Amino acid sequence: MTMEYGGVWNGCLEMNSRQVIQLEFFLEAGDFSTAGEASSQIKRILQQIGVKAETARRIAIGAYEAEMNVIIHSLGGKMRVAILPDRTDISVEDNGPGIADVKLAMQEGYSTAPDHIRDMGFGAGMGLPNMARCSDEFSITSEVGVGTKIRMVIHHP
Amino acid sequence: MTVGEIIEQVSLTVMAATAGLDKEVKQGYVSDLLSNVMAFAGADSVWVTMQGHQNIVAVASLAGLSAVIIAGGAKPEDETIAKAKQEGVVLLATPLPSFEVAGQLYRLGIRGA
Ligand SMILES: Nc1ncnc2c1ncn2[C@@H]1O[C@H](COP(=O)(O)OP(=O)(O)OP(=O)(O)O)[C@@H](O)[C@H]1O
Ligand SMILES: [Mg+2]
Repeated sequence: MTMEYGGVWNGCLEMNSRQVIQLEFFLEAGDFSTAGEASSQIKRILQQIGVKAETARRIAIGAYEAEMNVIIHSLGGKMRVAILPDRTDISVEDNGPGIADVKLAMQEGYSTAPDHIRDMGFGAGMGLPNMARCSDEFSITSEVGVGTKIRMVIHHP
Repeated sequence: MTVGEIIEQVSLTVMAATAGLDKEVKQGYVSDLLSNVMAFAGADSVWVTMQGHQNIVAVASLAGLSAVIIAGGAKPEDETIAKAKQEGVVLLATPLPSFEVAGQLYRLGIRGA
């Protein structure tokens, strides 16, 4: 995973109403050693700018589930995050293989995770439902042979 | 009840505790499935699991859990311990099976999430 900062974030983590913190994380397929670091980074920033603990937790959980799905199920991809004063907007895009039946994949308990992945505690088939539950707006689109796109928007109350 | 008080009452080996011994434990949860923990453990839970893989540290930290107890004599990997120290996640271990740990926590007044 590598990370880039962009946008107009000045590094002092005090946002005025026009500021946005933009983050980009590159997620490598099968890389379990840095798995979760993107989400941890997001959570740290949210805590620093004073987003409510309960909201930061929801965002962190949604981001982690998305991050892990790219690492476990895809050929790799990236996560873009925009932290605004009133919301966090997360877009995750991977390079395939895509999901043939998105409706089925969204069902709690559905998982194609192989045994060695299940041995690590993944594969409950709850990642996508968790993302939907944690988000105020959630969308997923997928094309077999192309990739999967997920968008999560969480409002900061 | 704080994490430190739980360590005093239940026989647990401290694997990592660079921070968080004074954290309040509001409830408990037992599961070996990470997404299931993310969904149901609730903030400030003590989590009992047989997973020793390093991913448990990210789960505990992101979900805001108070402590992780690795039960049943399962061995946390070296990376798990290193990461827990780095992230300030309290990692505890015991040969007691998960059921036994949950029972002892319940007797101390901790209830399910
Ligand atoms: N980015 C992705 N690319 C390809 N397939 C995916 C992707 N994300 C999810 N899937 C498919 O959807 C299924 C369900 O995903 P979900 O995250 O809900 O559960 P899981 O990852 O299998 O288990 P858990 O998230 O509970 O550890 C996966 O098993 C996989 O088949
Ligand atoms: Mg998943």
